Amino acid sequence: MDAPAPLLEVKDLDVGFDTPEGEVHAVNRLNFSIKPGETLALVGESGSGKTQTAMAILGLLAENGHMRGQALFKGQDLLKMTTPELNRYRGSEIAMIFQDPMTSLNPYLRIGKQMVEVVMHHQGRAKAEARARAVEMLRAVRIPDPERCFRQYPHEFSGGMRQRVMVAMGLLCAPDLLIADEPTAALDVTVQVQITHLMSELRKRSNTAIILITHDLGVVAGLCDRVMVMYAGEAVECGSVEQVYYDPKHPYTQGLLNSVPRLDRPEDMDLVAIAGNPPNLLALPEGCKFRDRCPRAFEACREKPPMQLTEDRHAYRCFLGDPK
Amino acid sequence: MTKTADIQAIDPFEAALGVSDVKGRSPWEDAWHRLLKNRAAVYSAFIMAFIILLVVFGPMLISWESDFTDWDYTSTPPSFASGHWFGTDSVGRDIFVRTLEGGRISLMVGLVATIVSLLIGVSYGAIAGYFGGVADRVMMRVVDIIYALPFMFFVILLMVVFGRHIVLIFVAIGAINWLDMARIVRGQTLSLKNAEFIVAAKACGVGDWDIIRRHIIPNLLGLVMVYVTLIIPQVILIESFLSFLGLGVQEPMSSWGALVADGAQDMESAPWTLIVPSVFLTVTLYCFNFIGDGLRDALDPKDRL
Repeated sequence: MDAPAPLLEVKDLDVGFDTPEGEVHAVNRLNFSIKPGETLALVGESGSGKTQTAMAILGLLAENGHMRGQALFKGQDLLKMTTPELNRYRGSEIAMIFQDPMTSLNPYLRIGKQMVEVVMHHQGRAKAEARARAVEMLRAVRIPDPERCFRQYPHEFSGGMRQRVMVAMGLLCAPDLLIADEPTAALDVTVQVQITHLMSELRKRSNTAIILITHDLGVVAGLCDRVMVMYAGEAVECGSVEQVYYDPKHPYTQGLLNSVPRLDRPEDMDLVAIAGNPPNLLALPEGCKFRDRCPRAFEACREKPPMQLTEDRHAYRCFLGDPK
Repeated sequence: MTKTADIQAIDPFEAALGVSDVKGRSPWEDAWHRLLKNRAAVYSAFIMAFIILLVVFGPMLISWESDFTDWDYTSTPPSFASGHWFGTDSVGRDIFVRTLEGGRISLMVGLVATIVSLLIGVSYGAIAGYFGGVADRVMMRVVDIIYALPFMFFVILLMVVFGRHIVLIFVAIGAINWLDMARIVRGQTLSLKNAEFIVAAKACGVGDWDIIRRHIIPNLLGLVMVYVTLIIPQVILIESFLSFLGLGVQEPMSSWGALVADGAQDMESAPWTLIVPSVFLTVTLYCFNFIGDGLRDALDPKDRL
């Protein structure tokens, strides 16, 4: 059986930032791909390069940032596009939902106006039509009385409601790929669940592929097909949710999973924090980047471990478990 | 049972509040309501409106012409009997009419020069700040260079080259005043352009110019409005200063500054020629400052006590 062509294929992505202290290596030789309708989670602790990966794909790096590599979206390399070319994809075929719903909406424009703007811009629809579409999306994200919401300003909404508006905005033009950057991080747990359900439901309906950036492993388990664990700008493990959760190969993934409470483990099992701190991105160590914190590091780890692939497409970057 | 009663009670309550057709209150409306609570600003606005009405329509209602010299009453103190309510100057011209007509010039200079500096300053600053990099550096160095020109030297140079004309005053003041505006707007744009909703707009595929027009400038307006209420009196003062030195408007036209200069010469024999235009000038400046203060408090609720 042939796998369908990937929707987005990222090859050897490097993202760096020039700072007075030197170059910060935020993302290093990252490879991944996502198929239409698939949900991929990028997980890892703060500073592991998850957000910058998404920003690079959409050409939104800060001024001192630069990138190398390829990001093929339907065969077109997004990284080589000029801003006007990118603007044809942004919002219409690739949409992004940002982390903080409190600051992601322009405080001086009515919700409706901000939404209609996007639809008219990309689909060249008439105002009335764009309006109907926006109201329909607001209804889809379960905002009570969308007609009224349409006329209100962002400050009149709670965080959860604003995040729904953001989700609605992201899905307005029925994108093929939705990048959600910690969409639930600023929300309380009950709202998190609602937003997560909302996204999985909308995904089923419209077959949108989702890249979910998060450090909430619970959200991942509920929503995603595949998981990529990132550490210090590298992918350390990548596989299906079942593979990564129940059979983690990389010590970092194991550490990550052990540091989160889970219902399916004995009550008296202790939560274990991963000792130490992530490496300085200004001066990355040679070899395995997790070596200094790894409880099972040994001599070979001074060299960079290659990505290993098991037969059932479970990839990890570690010498442990290496058949040799 | 109590529950249903409660729910039934809510419905008429909601209807009474008109909750069902809430239109949404913009941050501008919120600011407006806060402004109305600031007494000093509201009173100032009323006084300002009164002065503007007086300056615009007053000269039409007073029987004296501003250039009419009443030889029977030269340097007469204010009196109702003579018909010169605020007295006359040394050549018998009515001070009140001259002050009102001078006010037209002063306020017009204030308004036009401010609008000019607003248009240039906001677009210049927003573009420099938004695009950043080389464009920003070049544009702001140009501002620095113009800033370094000595203002009086610049004005005298203009007068020498083009002769005296009221338009030159607009040009001279406008040329200097947009610089501050550009700097302030640029600074604000620098912090705005990394705001998440700007990045979100970019991620939605909105073009640079639309972002400046739709997202940056509306968010700058609060700051700009406050600054405008401070520029207007500043411009009026500069014009007065130029006129006081004799570089401003020419007879028979006058402005508050020119009248104050004239009055200062007769200060000992006819103090009313100094006092009347000075009072108008000072009250106007105070009003603008109070309104500006009120606006700042209204538009920036974080600063309120």
